[in-house]
Amino acid sequence: MPTRVLVPSGVLGLGFDRTALARGVAMRPDIICIDGGSTDSGPFSLGAGQSKYSRAATKSEWRSLMQARAELGVPLVIGTAGTCGTDSTVDWMHDITVELAAELGQSLKIARLYCSQPVARIATAVQQGQVTPLTPAPELDLSNLSNIVALAGAEHIQAALNTGADIVIAGRTTDTATIAALPLARGDAAGGAWHGAKIAECGALCSTNPTSGVIMVDFDADGFTVEPMAETAACTPHSVSAHMLYENSDPFRLYEPGGHLDVTDARYTALDARRVRVEGSRWVPGPYTVKLEGARIGGYQTTIMAILRNAHYARNAQAWVDRLTGFLTGEIESRMGLTTADYTLEFRLIGVNGALGDLENRSGDPVEVGVLGIITARSQDEAAEIGKLINPFVLHYPLTDDEELPTFAFPYSPATTNRGALYEFALNHVLHLDDPMSAFRIELSQTDAKVPA
Amino acid sequence: MKLGDTVLKVRSKNAGPFWVTIDIFCDKPDVYRMVRDRLSNAAVAGLYKVPEQILKRFDIEDLRVIKFSVPRPVVQGSAADRDMHGAQYAALLEEHELG
Repeated sequence: MPTRVLVPSGVLGLGFDRTALARGVAMRPDIICIDGGSTDSGPFSLGAGQSKYSRAATKSEWRSLMQARAELGVPLVIGTAGTCGTDSTVDWMHDITVELAAELGQSLKIARLYCSQPVARIATAVQQGQVTPLTPAPELDLSNLSNIVALAGAEHIQAALNTGADIVIAGRTTDTATIAALPLARGDAAGGAWHGAKIAECGALCSTNPTSGVIMVDFDADGFTVEPMAETAACTPHSVSAHMLYENSDPFRLYEPGGHLDVTDARYTALDARRVRVEGSRWVPGPYTVKLEGARIGGYQTTIMAILRNAHYARNAQAWVDRLTGFLTGEIESRMGLTTADYTLEFRLIGVNGALGDLENRSGDPVEVGVLGIITARSQDEAAEIGKLINPFVLHYPLTDDEELPTFAFPYSPATTNRGALYEFALNHVLHLDDPMSAFRIELSQTDAKVPA
Repeated sequence: MKLGDTVLKVRSKNAGPFWVTIDIFCDKPDVYRMVRDRLSNAAVAGLYKVPEQILKRFDIEDLRVIKFSVPRPVVQGSAADRDMHGAQYAALLEEHELG
């Protein structure tokens, strides 16, 4: 059965064109799907179990989508709720939804799909040989992980939709699962369902006007058709097919729970100036595996920044930090009893090789150099103490013994900043499941519309 | 001749926390063929300091795109990472002199 899916934007919290959303609603989609996150901004969200987007932006956009859903009477689904899709961010999104339901007077059935994984479950699966590494994978170490999530697939979203929920708040899902779920359940082409979902998962990024957000995909038995909802945007065979390149290490294959998508033989045809038809994508069934993501605390950080504007120091910045590092290593050992096994101290030269480090192959004559000192230690107190110890030397240390003490520019006081925990990604593995639902759980809740007095 | 002066765009981005992928949009068919023939895997592996065998390359004629994927030199967000989104890695290829 043909299925029409409205995708308001690539992620909730980044905004979308409200006129384009209204156009999409007028076309009567069967479901509204939006992504709530990814690993793209780093391990902090997963490590801490917190959303990286502001609650205010999330609530404002979710309000519009809840109103659109109520107007249409179709399900609204968010995947990877709260950036990382831990149980804590699913609950955060649920709180926002319940609050909005009260404000909007909506009576709703809400399904929450929980994707967090207890360490004990993963440890048992490891013992049973059910966890295998992807390439490249860090060594499997389950100690001190603050959060583990498994990426849910289409089956889990279908199970949540089958409860009759008006709104599905899903924890970590693959980027495509929320969009592919309903077309797959209704028997549309599997290759087209996954391919169309991949094309639409970043919203209007597959069009000529990426910031407009809103995209509509029509799925059927032979493939899919994609159309942007903003009048200023167009989908072309090039803009659509090029989207398979984006954030994908292989532009022809996409691995999902239960198989992979192969778009080698996909044909992209312009139906008119704005719509593209895609057929020929293939779904290749495989073992049922779900990808795991995990994060652990890799230490606690304090940073310090000094700016070298004096030409002599700017020119010799690397030699200066090398000499300073040697001196400070001795000071930290003699005054605090810490060796470099206990902490790391790194100075990065902004204006020299700040972004690329050892890979940098250009050199220039910078006007000034920002020296960013990063201390990573076993506790925040220890990192902060090292920061205070090195502070006067970062300000005044000379390049050679026979020159006057310099004084560099500190941009603020105090010169040090305590950054809290440094989280690191700890897993690049898949978990084999006999029953897709066995590592996931669905909870239902109901809101009651109160008639304002 | 620098690659970035010849092609439409070079972009890089994480493909998950463990990979970075670099897309070279050549735009014109003749530019695509020239870059395809003159940009070696060894040169790209050298720029990113990864073993050549581990580099993935896709020459996509329909899009006039050449794509490389390499394991990130450091895992995204680890203590040694300097570029959380991996988008500045493209600069190395942009400035690469075609042999």
